[in-house]
Amino acid sequence: MSALETQMLCKNFGALAVADKIDFRLEPGARHALIGPNGAGKTTFINLITGRLAPSSGRILLAGQDVTALPQEARVKRGLGRTFQINTLFRGLSVLENVFLAVCEREGLGNVMLRRANARRDLLDESYGLLESLHIADDALALVKELPYGKQRLVELAIALGLKPSVLLLDEPAAGLPSSETAIIFDTVQRLPGDIAILIIEHDMELVFRLANRITVLVQGAVLMEGTPAEIAHDKRVREVYLGERDHG
Amino acid sequence: MFRWFNSDKGSAVERFVQRDALKPIELLPWILAIAAYYVFPSYLPLGSQILLTILFAISLDLALGYAGIITLGHAAFFGAGAYAAGLYALHVTGEPLSGLVVAGLAGGILGFLSGLVILRTSGLTLIMLTLAVLLLVQEFANRARPITGGADGLSGISMKPIFGQFRFDLFGHTAYWYCLIVLFFVWLFALLLVRSPFGRALTGVRENVTRMHAIGAPVRRRLVTVYTISAVLAGIAGGLLAQTSQFVGLATLGFERSGEIVIMLVLGGIGRIYGAFVGVVIFMIAQDTFAKADPAFWSFWVGLMLVLIVLFARGGALGVVDQALRWVRKVRR
Repeated sequence: MSALETQMLCKNFGALAVADKIDFRLEPGARHALIGPNGAGKTTFINLITGRLAPSSGRILLAGQDVTALPQEARVKRGLGRTFQINTLFRGLSVLENVFLAVCEREGLGNVMLRRANARRDLLDESYGLLESLHIADDALALVKELPYGKQRLVELAIALGLKPSVLLLDEPAAGLPSSETAIIFDTVQRLPGDIAILIIEHDMELVFRLANRITVLVQGAVLMEGTPAEIAHDKRVREVYLGERDHG
Repeated sequence: MFRWFNSDKGSAVERFVQRDALKPIELLPWILAIAAYYVFPSYLPLGSQILLTILFAISLDLALGYAGIITLGHAAFFGAGAYAAGLYALHVTGEPLSGLVVAGLAGGILGFLSGLVILRTSGLTLIMLTLAVLLLVQEFANRARPITGGADGLSGISMKPIFGQFRFDLFGHTAYWYCLIVLFFVWLFALLLVRSPFGRALTGVRENVTRMHAIGAPVRRRLVTVYTISAVLAGIAGGLLAQTSQFVGLATLGFERSGEIVIMLVLGGIGRIYGAFVGVVIFMIAQDTFAKADPAFWSFWVGLMLVLIVLFARGGALGVVDQALRWVRKVRR
């Protein structure tokens, strides 16, 4: 059974098909990359999976169960975690609190009103431990908005990991980072537990080929092809529509 | 960067936890309030007004400061509570505590029902809708003359002694203590609430709704919940006004009351509970001072003060204090 599956997933904005009959499978423990030129509909695809957007037609299955009609929070409860291409953080809160909020929601504490959050020392320690593993524990008490951009990208990742997801969708985790800093992000992704199924959107082909054991190419909302990194690298059509761009650039 | 003080787990988490510990200065408002009782015995009715306005501001802070629900219609719940308490005293019994419960229920029911509808929206639409709810309730109170007394309001309210013991006196002694004790319990409740996981999650909603969805929080349900709680407290504040002034008029549902309470909270600093205390007191003192110094244009000066605070001191009066303390610490190091 796939960790995540989409069947004939479509999304139309008027006459424009941003997702066009996407059949997609993410296997448990996969390191799967989603690539494609700008505007191919990669982020839209993620938003459909997480429920931020409702599909026009088609089905989404998480661990074999149909979640197409479920709201975002119900999908998260079933183990779906994501990061955002553009930082989507609690900017006015401390780094520790950013992760702590996610951990509390995971534990279903969000409706608890008359007990102190800080009484859950175990969850605070866990949140802190997560920051340590991403090497941002020194900034635990700093406000997110005071952090340099690179560290904010790590907080983005830390929040998603705080949910202990079984399926993790990474939308350009290194977006906007200089190459010297992308390494930190990718080392972190590589060190994640093997049982998490990861779908990653990334533009840097070198990183994609290093990380992924499976690649899907999306063009104009439709799957152009799927295969191993070697198959993708040697495919003529992929070179034309996508990799070719780099030769001209 | 050398940051020895939070380089190990114990101290960073410890410092985080310590932030929520009750500090001695948090008892200051209560000491001042008790002192005021003895120092200004002739100002007690004004004192009661200040106390119940602080309660109203705390209720607004939960919705606006913590959850980020921007509202200009909070007087709807205050007024609903005031009318409910007034009608209850007139037609059922003058017993004050059950009257407060009724006032809270009235505010809460209105908050829950309107929240279900309007909290689907955000931003400017939401502000307009909060205003619309206020105007609807206001107009209802105006038209339902047989019940509410219309423009004449409800008068002839007489209250029984609290616990059958403490009679409301002409000089407002009992009323002052009554408001102070109710405010104290509301303050305790608010502190507990904002430090609970629920309260923490509210700040998450305020800071980033998209992310809150993405970590699995049922955002709208949380918003409706806090809006309802906030409306209950606003209703209690209104109930206190009805019981202590023994009159309820359309002004309890006025737009001025809605707007002023927002101004007071912003002056004090939003999202910190104590902004309610500081803001209400600053506003009332400023109003009094400006009115004496310049009876014709006093509201201009209040407005100017607000503009300056919004431009130069975003966190309100308490925000300025925070910044000063941070600056002092930096210089010392």
